[in-house]
Amino acid sequence: MLDWIWGGMILLSCLWGALEGTLGEVSAAALEGAEQAVALCLDLCAGVCLWSGLLRLLERSGITEYLSRFLQPLLWRLYPRGSRDPETLTALTENLTANLLGLGNAATPAGIRAARGLRRQEGSGEPGPELCRLAVMNSASVQLVPAAVCALRASAGSRSPYDILPAVWITSGLALGTGLLALFFLERWGRRGD
Amino acid sequence: MRSLTALLLLLGAVLGLRRRVPLVSVLGEGIGDGLRTVLRMFPPVAAILIAAAMLRACGALEALTALLGPVLEKLGIPRETVGLMLLRPLSGSGALAAGSTVIRAAGPDSLTGRITAVMLGGTETTFYVLGVYFGAAGIRRSGKVIPAAMAADLVGFLAAGITVRLLFR
Repeated sequence: MLDWIWGGMILLSCLWGALEGTLGEVSAAALEGAEQAVALCLDLCAGVCLWSGLLRLLERSGITEYLSRFLQPLLWRLYPRGSRDPETLTALTENLTANLLGLGNAATPAGIRAARGLRRQEGSGEPGPELCRLAVMNSASVQLVPAAVCALRASAGSRSPYDILPAVWITSGLALGTGLLALFFLERWGRRGD
Repeated sequence: MRSLTALLLLLGAVLGLRRRVPLVSVLGEGIGDGLRTVLRMFPPVAAILIAAAMLRACGALEALTALLGPVLEKLGIPRETVGLMLLRPLSGSGALAAGSTVIRAAGPDSLTGRITAVMLGGTETTFYVLGVYFGAAGIRRSGKVIPAAMAADLVGFLAAGITVRLLFR
């Protein structure tokens, strides 16, 4: 899908450039784009490294355990069937904790373990309600501090790069709530249709 | 919010010392991870920025923005974020690259810059994530998840415009 969009962008810009007679500028822009990418990654480097280090430190200092104890009641409610299996519950907890802290590298393997666990309980066929819920929980953002975005703002000269956090929390809360509600209603309509 | 980083570092240091965590090497591990993240991010960011720069140079991006801009602005979303919204569900690094162009051009503390940042921070790489999860669980038919996840993204984009306008006036 991304390949098609990328190919479409290149095709469109070359066709458009040929028609407008700006193909030379379009060519030059390709190198400018690559230069921007180098600059962007260099700018983001410091912020991303700092947050990644800080999060690893917090993780090892016990914040993760504290968070997961705090999150368990929520998980019982979200995955009543899945959390009966201790192994799946651990994976679900790790997945949510890592997502909250923005540890993508840890969130995905835990999420996959949880998805497989839920799948075992549900059997084959269409994904059951709890697996759907896990997918929506992961495809919405629950990250407390979007470190790369804040690093980007800082490198662009923001006076207070973290001041967007409350707006981010409200926004992602609304988006996640919408996803879960939509899933709930789609499931009810689907059942009525059977 | 301003002292967030310092306070969290302090928290990590105090809790870590109490637990006898080797602070410097643990911090270093994380920093190394961050460096690898940026390295992994670079190729897709470069691919997207090359195509985006070409699209801008030929004039097509301007035409597209002029076409969709008025509709978006009625919804409270800055017109410059067309590209960002197209990329967001597919590529996290691509969306960040598109967002960086907007944030730099508009200024990070402007209304547009803030809305763009909140749009990036409040949504996820939907299709990519769904592909990973359903692939791992061996599911072909995604059923109701895609419409639900897309509804979440749309509300996220709209909510970014509204919350920033309410919180920063």
